[in-house]
Amino acid sequence: MASTRTHDTRHDPRPSPDRPVLEVLDLHTYLFTRWGTTRAVDGVSFQLHAGEMLGIVGESGCGKSMLALSLVRLTPEPAARILGGQVLLEGTDLLSLPESRMRKLRGREISMILQDPHQSLNPVFSIGNQMEEAARVHERDVSRPEARRRAVELLKTVHVPAPERRLASYPHELSGGMKQRVVGAMAMTYRPKVLIADEPTTALDVTIQAQYLKLLRELKEQTGVAIILITHDFGVIAEACDRVAVMYAGRIVEQGPVRDIFDRPRHPYTRALLASRPRRDVAMERLAVIEGQPPSLTDLPLGCRFAPRCPYAVDRCREQYPDPYQVSPAHTAWCWRSEEQPWAPR
Amino acid sequence: MARYIVINVIRGILTLIAVSIIVFALARLTGNPLDVLAPVDMGPEDQAALAAKWGLDEPLAQQYLTFLGNALHGDFGPSFKFPDETAGSVIAERLPVSLQLGFVALVLTVLVGVPLGILSAVRRNSWLDRTAKGIALFGQSVPEFWLAIMLIWVFAVNLGWVPTSGQAGWTSILLPSLVMATFGIAALLRLFRSSMLDTLGTEYVKLARLKGLPKRQVIWKHALKPGAIPPLTFFGRIAVRLLTGATVVEIVFSWPGVGLLAFEAANARDFPVVQALALFTSAAIVVMNLVVDVLYAYLDPRVRLGQRVVS
Amino acid sequence: MRRPRTAPPPPDAGLSELDAGSSRDAPAGPAARAPRWPRPGLRRLVRRWPWLPILIILFVLVIPALFAPLLSPYDPLRGTLADRLLPPAWLDGGTWSHPLGTDKQGRDILTRVIYGARISLIVSSAAILIGAVLGSTLGLLAGYFGGAVDRVVSWLVDTFMSLPIVLLALVVVAVIGPSFVTIITIISVTIWSSFARQVRGETLSVRESDYVARSRVAGASAARILLRHVLPNVTNTLIVLATLQVGVVILEESSLSFIGAGIPRPQPSWGVMVAEGRDQITTAWWLTFFPGLAILVVVLSLNLLGDWLRDFLDPKLRQQE
Repeated sequence: MASTRTHDTRHDPRPSPDRPVLEVLDLHTYLFTRWGTTRAVDGVSFQLHAGEMLGIVGESGCGKSMLALSLVRLTPEPAARILGGQVLLEGTDLLSLPESRMRKLRGREISMILQDPHQSLNPVFSIGNQMEEAARVHERDVSRPEARRRAVELLKTVHVPAPERRLASYPHELSGGMKQRVVGAMAMTYRPKVLIADEPTTALDVTIQAQYLKLLRELKEQTGVAIILITHDFGVIAEACDRVAVMYAGRIVEQGPVRDIFDRPRHPYTRALLASRPRRDVAMERLAVIEGQPPSLTDLPLGCRFAPRCPYAVDRCREQYPDPYQVSPAHTAWCWRSEEQPWAPR
Repeated sequence: MARYIVINVIRGILTLIAVSIIVFALARLTGNPLDVLAPVDMGPEDQAALAAKWGLDEPLAQQYLTFLGNALHGDFGPSFKFPDETAGSVIAERLPVSLQLGFVALVLTVLVGVPLGILSAVRRNSWLDRTAKGIALFGQSVPEFWLAIMLIWVFAVNLGWVPTSGQAGWTSILLPSLVMATFGIAALLRLFRSSMLDTLGTEYVKLARLKGLPKRQVIWKHALKPGAIPPLTFFGRIAVRLLTGATVVEIVFSWPGVGLLAFEAANARDFPVVQALALFTSAAIVVMNLVVDVLYAYLDPRVRLGQRVVS
Repeated sequence: MRRPRTAPPPPDAGLSELDAGSSRDAPAGPAARAPRWPRPGLRRLVRRWPWLPILIILFVLVIPALFAPLLSPYDPLRGTLADRLLPPAWLDGGTWSHPLGTDKQGRDILTRVIYGARISLIVSSAAILIGAVLGSTLGLLAGYFGGAVDRVVSWLVDTFMSLPIVLLALVVVAVIGPSFVTIITIISVTIWSSFARQVRGETLSVRESDYVARSRVAGASAARILLRHVLPNVTNTLIVLATLQVGVVILEESSLSFIGAGIPRPQPSWGVMVAEGRDQITTAWWLTFFPGLAILVVVLSLNLLGDWLRDFLDPKLRQQE
């Protein structure tokens, strides 16, 4: 499918809800190892519009990182394989492209920020070297001074103080927050359509986290980039995202606007996640904990995957995977009992 | 950085002193040089005179200090075996021969070991990788002297492609350098493979690919530079070993270098030569270690610049 | 620190073996034909052991070393001159009563190779025992106490690694003659430093760990901590190192014996045998071929075993080898 761009959304910061920038359809990524087959991403679909920040939230091991890597086709070879589905970036299916064309899109149309800022930058090259390299990847004849200039500009957009001097620094001389900003700047070099942020604040101090999320929001508003924010922390979602998709055991179990999900969660897992946040406004004696463990991705149960831990599960839940229930036009939940209100515990 | 260098230089000097004491002690305590120098039928007065001439009647400690003092001036005394030559000149004469051999072996080691190691990491579990691992295993397990003899038997005796021993024409350097390179290739290959596998698995290499860099650049720039640093130390050790003469190989090939000299001098109890050789070899190792340490520090910005953090 | 082994590994562990996975699979249903491995149990361990290297080590090194007199009717040191320089049995002039031929004194080569295994085993065991005990002790002390102790030990390690071993061995032997004790001492002196270095490194990292910190807070003495916490953790790498060092020692001993600075003739050290056969290489190649082959095969197996042990004991850290 050829890309059908009628007008350039790159510099148009207005979100356009009718035409998604990224559409993921029924994506499957499995890992084949001697311990078994891990179904890391097992039928994930969602849409992302320009200027929107979509949060993907879930516990460790639910497949979120593998999902991110699948979108850019950098899953660990040879163990991981993307087995099915489509990833449509403005209409072009990324999964069907030859690697040489995919490489040209990475960093330019779709880019990514990794979780640990201390590991993301090459320790033996200076910041300037790595940023200038980013500025020259997709355009062969950019001169050194020009690349430098762009690097300085980019550092300014992410609010790195004294950017000219920072170019000569080495990664180990910068703090975590600063490094993560540099990584963000590199990712935005070509003003990509989609930016994937894989747990960008997890390794940062709490005080720095809020600043960083604010930075992401700014980038979104200024350039119209669509951001996928992956996290395990609902607080981060509340802080920064427009929409959220809750992921469990390789699948999305609920998705919708952030407000809706927070006010009226329709999946027991979402409810449990929300309830387990430590809160100041509500008196809590103990942190609520979700009993049990997520299922092993090599050995998934038939039926709803959350059923073994779900306080509201009934027989049907264990026998048959739930169909999607449309709570409202933008809000979907995959639970047999989402229509019921209020829920009676089992 | 300067402090680092100074400390290491001091340690190196201490090492050299220690080595010289050990060698001196071993040489003197295990036998009296007089037995070597004096003809069997020499009478006691003549023996005493001889002893006085060589300073062998002084207490051991004194003898050592004399030796050390002279050594610092580059005078290692006359060779016992070739009295008209000094130990220093005997060594100097044979050194270039070893250096030739060592240099060729070193070049071979690097040319084969490094690319194979890198490629075997990049193409993990391919046939190339498996072959490389096999070569590495073989190189680490084969006894050098036996390999040398077998190669001579096949290529020199049976096929006649190269001379059987000694320095005779340019082909004569092929077999000995090959044998010497075997262990080095094996070790360097493994080190590079291991180090590259480490770097190829890092997050920053992943990020480099995320930036859209072509795979080749990711490997040869981002993975190689940090990946080449750990093998460097070992490379220094190999280099020294190759350049200071591998005794066993020189013996098998009758290659007239300092390795063979060591054998001859020890058998002839030519102590000045032995001591000089020991000092020379140790000095080479110490200097090489120092160079490698400094290089390591220079290449890794984390060591070079220290740990000041800006936030 | 020793992490407990749980199944399965994190997704990007870089595992090389692919399952018989099908592409374009229908997602629903239980996992496709994945072999169901039990938890690391006996069956799996037995399948994964490197049997070939182990057998080779057993049959070429250990059994001959232990049972030499039972395995051969011949005397390794005395032969019958009438039977000198017989080629191996499958060649013209050979006989099956001397399967690998005889040397110029009529001694049976196979017998000498068998007794040579005994020498290799004795020398390597003794040298490694001494070197490991000495080296580990110093390494432990250096790693645990740090400071001046560490500086001194590190300097000692560097110094001993700069010693020209071959030269020193030649000197000593030129004066007092070769012997078992001499060679064992010389080799111990050269290998203790590898143990010291390794153990020091491990000790350093264990020292920083939480459980050691807890012990110190609880008031445990240094000796207690060293014995209870550090040593068990260090044992794994020690085993691997010792295994690999057996090969190194065999190579060193045979090299030194070859040049006359190791085991004295006429003892059938494999190195000595190669030296003795060297001048007859054109007429009697089997004199040098078989002992050297024995060395190659044994050291190769030891290296394979050592590598496997390293993977087995520390799979997460050493997966690349």
